[in-house]
Amino acid sequence: MHILAAMSGGVDSAVAAARAVDEGHDVVGVHLALSRAGGTLRTGSRGCCTIEDAMDARRAADRLGIPFYVWDFSERFREDVIEDFVAEYQAGRTPNPCMRCNERIKFAALLDRAIELGFDAVCTGHYATLLDTSAGRELHRASDAAKDQSYVLGVLTAAQLAHTYFPLGRTPSKAVVRAEAEARGLTVAQKPDSHDICFIPDGDTRGWLAERVGAETGDIVDRAGTVVGSHDGAHAFTVGQRRGLALGVPAPDGRPRFVLEVRPVTNTVVVGPKEALAIAEISGDRYTWAGAAPDAVEWTCDVQIRAHADPVPAVARLDADGSLVVRPETPLDGVAPGQTAVLYAGTRVLGQVTIDRTVSAIPIDA
Amino acid sequence: MSVYLDHAAGEPLRPEAREAWVEAAAVVGNASSIHHAGQDARRLLEDARERLAAAVRCDPPEVVFTSGGTEAVGGALKGLWWSRPSGSDAIVLPDGEHHATLDTVEWLRAHEGAHPRPVALDDVGRIPVAGFEAVLEGAALATALVANNEVGTVNDAPALAAVAASRGVALHLDAVAAFGHVPVSFREWRDGAAGTTGLAAMSLSAHKVGGPVGVGALVVARAADPVPLIHGGGQQRGLRAGTQDVPGAVAFAVAAELAVAELDAEAGRIAVLRDQLIGGVIGSVPGAILLGDPDRRLPGNVHMLFPGAVGETLLFLLDQQGIAVSTGSACQAGVPEPSHVVLAIGRAADEARQVLRLTLGRTSTDADVAAVLEALPGAVERARAAGARSPSRA
Repeated sequence: MHILAAMSGGVDSAVAAARAVDEGHDVVGVHLALSRAGGTLRTGSRGCCTIEDAMDARRAADRLGIPFYVWDFSERFREDVIEDFVAEYQAGRTPNPCMRCNERIKFAALLDRAIELGFDAVCTGHYATLLDTSAGRELHRASDAAKDQSYVLGVLTAAQLAHTYFPLGRTPSKAVVRAEAEARGLTVAQKPDSHDICFIPDGDTRGWLAERVGAETGDIVDRAGTVVGSHDGAHAFTVGQRRGLALGVPAPDGRPRFVLEVRPVTNTVVVGPKEALAIAEISGDRYTWAGAAPDAVEWTCDVQIRAHADPVPAVARLDADGSLVVRPETPLDGVAPGQTAVLYAGTRVLGQVTIDRTVSAIPIDA
Repeated sequence: MSVYLDHAAGEPLRPEAREAWVEAAAVVGNASSIHHAGQDARRLLEDARERLAAAVRCDPPEVVFTSGGTEAVGGALKGLWWSRPSGSDAIVLPDGEHHATLDTVEWLRAHEGAHPRPVALDDVGRIPVAGFEAVLEGAALATALVANNEVGTVNDAPALAAVAASRGVALHLDAVAAFGHVPVSFREWRDGAAGTTGLAAMSLSAHKVGGPVGVGALVVARAADPVPLIHGGGQQRGLRAGTQDVPGAVAFAVAAELAVAELDAEAGRIAVLRDQLIGGVIGSVPGAILLGDPDRRLPGNVHMLFPGAVGETLLFLLDQQGIAVSTGSACQAGVPEPSHVVLAIGRAADEARQVLRLTLGRTSTDADVAAVLEALPGAVERARAAGARSPSRA
């Protein structure tokens, strides 16, 4: 196959490209320039958008003896990921920009362009497994549970999966990948993993958001609407957060309070007891299927609401109004609108839904 | 199959230059040493200086060897700025100059209080002499390309030098893209008008004429007195201290001499190929538009706008077929920026990313032209389809 290996400059995508070459594919390395304001040198372990990262990718491609190009997706990235990230926060939701990048950039803009330019598939260093069955291609968890990235790939559709290649999915551990990189003479073998959000290089998400959405003083209220404190900008709060509330009025029962809800329109943060965080039901109107759509109206599955959260048994159903409703067997903690719920059947990814609404497990007057 | 159509980025090394380079590299001695070994090296160096001076038509002491065109441009602009007449702080800066010039002037603006005075290009990329002259009065210095490295338009360098002289403004000419491809005569341009100020300096690069990368020269008029940027052993009129690169100078001289000797015949031959390529592209690619001056252009330069096809994508598709071309513009982290030259000739930002520069040179043949004419229509069609999936960007 004619394969485009997306190379970030990290060890995973370098080894993935190497394995694609070993498989006998005709491989071209492409580094995505996602920022035009990227720095020259990498600082710490953050990000993947510096010129040094592009150079790391180029040197890995050199080592593999494959052609290498840098493709500019910075405008698409700014519009579809960065601006979306800001808009989601402004709307009081908690977005996952890596997921958005997979959905809109890596497996959409890049994949479309690759296909148009004559490639058969895009290869990345994600830890996830593809399984070709008589019913079609399925997306499964990686062999290494600690590295499994199937959650952030949950947005991929059947059409996208058909042109995708994840050579690292069956690798037992990241250490194996690093050792393989070392053995192959790849200079990125010991490069630190990237963390945090790549377009916020100093890791200060709150400060970054404050610059863009403004910081305006607002009220912190309890579930009855009583003002119990004030804050310097609702965007700085996430559901489930306890620290940094600095409440002037203690709770009547003296117990700690947590952020239950962020209301950007009124710039209000709602707090309450820990039990009130428990969510009995989530639902959303924006969902996709990683393969064929389910043929039942209601079915059992596992639901996972964060990249590293544990999956929870649940019942999912499609409502007549077009929304997908998921009821976990045991209530979920710290669920915020904007987050993505990925549904699994065993190791298989069924699909995902962006959470629009949550239903508390505890009635309001509890 | 490998087809190289990016001669403007680097002309293949001439075998004669390589031989001379390697031979000179084996000579023992520092050209500044007094002993016989030093004298041997010095002899080679000064021979090279004389031969390059003859090719550029200047006096040997006017040749200052540098590490390349960018160092020459930077040394000229900063050096002339720091030796400017008191009371003047303007730099005449036509649109569409090379980044070596743009970025140096920008640095002088930001750090030294220089005031750039722009000169708009006409729609074929030429610096209008009248427009240039109109902003010369009282300027500290002026700069201009002899030929535009992207769109290939050849300026009227003698006229630009003459108006600079008549206004008493020190002029730097960037002849990096022009030298060896169109006639260049420093002496005639310098002496074309009376007065000591006028053409003060001219930048050259070896690898544009089949010499090695890493060698260039700044021709500095006898009457000019730029402030040196590098201090040390006082070599080269004190303008560029440091042990001199004898093999590099020798190889540059050999390449320059050959380029100038062959210029008439080669420029004619290459221009025929160029015109075949332009005609073939216009005939086979719907909507293709030639940018730059159709007549007064570098013999090897083809610069086309392909509406709807992103240049970066075209470059990739052609490279997949072994055909090396350029988008012509500067790169940031490997990503081509929209061409400031294409913008300067009145094209829109989208169009400035839909261009390709195909440049022919000494080793180009009919077969190269045939190969690109065969590959280009399909590549443009494909790039247009890919572009349509991600409108206005790709």
